[in-house]
Amino acid sequence: MAQVEEVDKSLVWAGNGSPFRLSYGKQFMWFFLVSDALTFGGLLTAYGFARHSVDSWPVAEKVFRALPFSDGDWPLIYVALMTFILIISSVTMVLAVEAGHRLDKKGVTKWLLATVLGGAIFVGSQAWEWSHFIHGSHHGAVLTEQGWAYVAGLEYQYDENGHVLMDGHDPAIQSLRLQFIDGGQFMMSGAEALEAYNTAERNLDGKLILENGLGVPVNIVGSDDNVTSVELLVEGTIYREMEGNVDSENWGELLSLYEGASSQIQGANLTENEYAPNAPAYADFFFFITGFHGFHVFSGVVINLLILIQVLRGVYDKRGHFEMVEKSGLYWHFVDLVWVFVFTFFYLL
Amino acid sequence: MIRDDLYKDAEYAKSANHDEEHGREIRKKITKVTIILTLITILEVGVGIVLTRPMLGGESWSWFGIKMFYIILTVVKAAYIVLVFMHLGDERKNFRWVILAPYILFILYLLFICITESTYILDVMRAPW
Repeated sequence: MAQVEEVDKSLVWAGNGSPFRLSYGKQFMWFFLVSDALTFGGLLTAYGFARHSVDSWPVAEKVFRALPFSDGDWPLIYVALMTFILIISSVTMVLAVEAGHRLDKKGVTKWLLATVLGGAIFVGSQAWEWSHFIHGSHHGAVLTEQGWAYVAGLEYQYDENGHVLMDGHDPAIQSLRLQFIDGGQFMMSGAEALEAYNTAERNLDGKLILENGLGVPVNIVGSDDNVTSVELLVEGTIYREMEGNVDSENWGELLSLYEGASSQIQGANLTENEYAPNAPAYADFFFFITGFHGFHVFSGVVINLLILIQVLRGVYDKRGHFEMVEKSGLYWHFVDLVWVFVFTFFYLL
Repeated sequence: MIRDDLYKDAEYAKSANHDEEHGREIRKKITKVTIILTLITILEVGVGIVLTRPMLGGESWSWFGIKMFYIILTVVKAAYIVLVFMHLGDERKNFRWVILAPYILFILYLLFICITESTYILDVMRAPW
């Protein structure tokens, strides 16, 4: 005789209702979130692809280092704060959902209001971040003979009365700090180049492995076993800094690089940005990814606000369940979830 | 007429309701997850400030390790949010996988495009011919 297995009836679907034992609305909120994740995933994938298929890309710690009400240097702290605010608003949301499961209208109101406030603070923070990103730093980036440089420090000369000394029409510069941000190519010459040429190791392609990147020798003077002078073309992959003041040895070269700059970018827009002069797509991705996410947060705040009004009107008490809070909660958590990924892929990596 | 795909909705929604004692347990779990998520974020930012890409070199193994470290922590955070905050861990198994399978596949695809595919394109673009 065939063996018949006993199956718990409650686990078997026999029509007459949802196989997932879920309401239609909740189920389709989940399906919507899966499809929305694909949209964000598409943006992040495009970002990762664009970023890794070019040589140079800005480092987020160098771009996002400002904090409101402070002139200091706070790499990524502001973004981390925003992330934290969003996580906390996600927590207040889940507390609202939990209160709803106890039919505790007061609790739902309290936590939903906190969630709306948290969301509003996040959107406001993002507006500040956008404004700061668009306006840029004090001096922007300049295109010098050696490639794009970020003007990280610039001080003028003052007379004893505190007025800026003028050098013709331009203010006289006291000290200057340039950060070459493009990771592009630059020439190394003189004793430094000769020393590097004689001591550097070579990789499989025969290129020199230097501190600043890979070097290729050009203009070699001398015989094979006794090179007397050489110029190296260096493909920089890391930041190169030049700094000095009126008394320092390299001042002439530094100042002429700065003053001979052929163009300048300050801040960011869709076609150029000071953070990545050679990769204008960087600002585009910033605007699109954080903008699309910010729009989600904004709409989440509006939805939560509408549901809060319904809660206050007692609609869900009459219904006997607060599932609507749970559904808008799903959307809100999803917005937080997306930010977790944006934080990692856009800011950290 | 009552639609046969909707008529049990209120029953399903009400089945999620719980009493005070169960609520306390859930709140305890929420607090725990909040602390974990906060600690992970602090750890990520700390590492981001101390060990930067220019410092380690964009193509070094240590930077690759840091990248993987971030990605793993991100997936851990995402899992906590989805399974606890969004209660997916409490849904029926069949529904759980209907949602998770596309997510997991897509994350793997995202990682592949970001890391492997684009590096290949970079090599092609760099080639002198």
